[in-house]
Amino acid sequence: MKRREFFKNSLKGVAAVATVGAAPLEADVVKEFHISDKTVGILYDATICIGCNACVTGCKKANKDPQEIYDGEKAWDKPYDLTADTRNIIRQYRHGTAQTKNEIEDGYGFIKGQCLHCLEPGCVSACPTSALLKDDNTGIVKYFADSCIGCRYCQVGCPYDIPKFEWDDWYPEIVKCQLCDHLLEKGELPGCCSTCPTGASLFGPVAKLREESKRRLLLEEKDKYTYPVFSTDSGYTLVHKAAKYIKHHYGEHELGGTQVTYLSAIPFEKLGLPAYPKKSYASISNAKQRGVYSSMLIPAAVLGTYSFFIRKNMIEEKEEEKRLLEESKENGDKDA
Amino acid sequence: MHKEVALGGRIFTPVFVGMATLVGLMVIALGFRFILGLGAVSNMSDGYPWGIWIAYDVVVGSAFACGGYVMALTVYVFNKGKYHPLVRPALLASMFGYTLAGASVMFDIGRYFHAYNLFLPWKINYTSVMLEVALCVTAYIIVLWIEFAPAITSKFKLEKLTKILEKTAFFFIAVGVTLPMMHQSSLGTMMIIAGEKLHPLWQTQMLPLFFLFSALFMGFAMVVFEGSIVSKAYKLGDETTILSKMAKTAVIILSIFILLRVQNLLLNKQVANAFSFDTASITFLMEMLLMCTGLVMLAIKKFRTSPRYLFVGAVLILLGSSLYRFNVYLIAYAPMIGDWSYFPSIGEQIVSYGLIAVEIAAYTFFVKYFAVFTKH
Repeated sequence: MKRREFFKNSLKGVAAVATVGAAPLEADVVKEFHISDKTVGILYDATICIGCNACVTGCKKANKDPQEIYDGEKAWDKPYDLTADTRNIIRQYRHGTAQTKNEIEDGYGFIKGQCLHCLEPGCVSACPTSALLKDDNTGIVKYFADSCIGCRYCQVGCPYDIPKFEWDDWYPEIVKCQLCDHLLEKGELPGCCSTCPTGASLFGPVAKLREESKRRLLLEEKDKYTYPVFSTDSGYTLVHKAAKYIKHHYGEHELGGTQVTYLSAIPFEKLGLPAYPKKSYASISNAKQRGVYSSMLIPAAVLGTYSFFIRKNMIEEKEEEKRLLEESKENGDKDA
Repeated sequence: MHKEVALGGRIFTPVFVGMATLVGLMVIALGFRFILGLGAVSNMSDGYPWGIWIAYDVVVGSAFACGGYVMALTVYVFNKGKYHPLVRPALLASMFGYTLAGASVMFDIGRYFHAYNLFLPWKINYTSVMLEVALCVTAYIIVLWIEFAPAITSKFKLEKLTKILEKTAFFFIAVGVTLPMMHQSSLGTMMIIAGEKLHPLWQTQMLPLFFLFSALFMGFAMVVFEGSIVSKAYKLGDETTILSKMAKTAVIILSIFILLRVQNLLLNKQVANAFSFDTASITFLMEMLLMCTGLVMLAIKKFRTSPRYLFVGAVLILLGSSLYRFNVYLIAYAPMIGDWSYFPSIGEQIVSYGLIAVEIAAYTFFVKYFAVFTKH
């Protein structure tokens, strides 16, 4: 009777654990982050990027990262993709004859690859030892090697495949863009933005960048527009004719939003930016983890129940053994 | 009543020497890994940050090592005393399985000197699923050794210690049936954050439950698998009757697993994906076919009570469920950006074989030296 009840209860326990998964989940991050005046980011406008790669070199200079050459052209610093030596990259989109900029058919375009500094970062949620943390003010997702154990769960948890690992080092670190926070401290701009000649990589407070992108999305094709260069408040501007923008500000809502955001005339998916839902996988994972472990109540209850029954069963078994032993002794006496 | 005995006999058998050779090769491969870095011996990359050292040695290996967990559940929680003879052998296999999964993690993580950070309360991140797995597995390895300790202390006639261990056993056994429930489900939760990198045939919020269930039936199947081998190898007598009972339990849990999985796929509208016959679909169907064949085989009493089919059925279930876990961590995983591929390098394979060899060698030594088996 008792055992049946216990069996029932433990099934209920399993069901409770299971329903944590089925119930609608509240977004819930390590520490909820809200955009403030101090939150900084980059607006990358693919329509005005000329693919000169100055930002790639600027990034390497700023972070003292070594040159990488993949095609033997020694004269150029030409990394193939993001690696532990390359935190920023310009990728090209080409189609057909690749004649017209910002066109999908027979056109070409560029896209910048770097850390997007998510508002609900997967890497921060994944990291077991808090080696990746989101700065309370700037929102920059920073890496602290002293805390890192090198498990690479951040690489699995990043929806944009950003953190890179030093595979050929005997004692490796994770490498990723940290928005040049070491330069920001000195009042300078990130290496990629201070070198971008067209304003395609624009640094500034996230709130201002969002206003800027809203204005650009209102532009009609060939409207003249004064584009700020380097940063939102640098004072430098250039006038370009607006391209035919896709009416979407990538990074405003994707997976909870990002601080590095994108505008483009070519669909984002073709540029390697996946169409993501608003809800971040990090928040789903966190909610699941918190549901079961936040108070340790469920594990404690399970442990308590198990202890009680195991102890009871073991005592009963001992008594049974004793009884059997005595019985066999008695039998032995009789035989004798 | 039961009483375990040490089997005795020659330690340096051909099997033992063969295993030692594999271990030697592993040591060489690890030498390269620790001096030159992970890239020198492995095919892991920024696209596939985890290889077989995680997918096989930890994710599949720890499920293979759930025999101790399910036997403790059966005997101590559900009070089925007659299965007592299966407890210690299963416990021993679990102890080595988990210990070596832990060793594999230490080979795999890049910054092993910093691993202590996992135990510093001001460093750890409570929302990290990896943290839960790491702490829980560490604790479980310790608990498994404590659970096995009476076999060691009684061998060396440490009577006081043996008494203490026997008195506190109920608590450690309780911890030992709680921890696997936690980290085996967490091994599933772990891949939720991978989002769309994991193919929709496997990516689901049910991952924790699926991993817990697979750990359970894999544990029972492993008891059958190991029991079949050792009863022959060490001439322990016919254990088919008792093992087929365990197979029956595996069948029940596996049936629930398959039902839940199919229902989940229907809910997520994955039927078209399942039968599209691309790589993902084929490996999914293989996984299902292996598990279902094993299930049907063991569900039929005639087959279940024949030593040969009992063994084959358990192997099929183990293969299918290993493939399930492999799929979640490797085969159905693909990075979002770029052309990446992964196949384990010779170096990675040597290390994994070496770890299995350590397990077999240590197991054969322990059963001869310590009281593990109950002779009929």
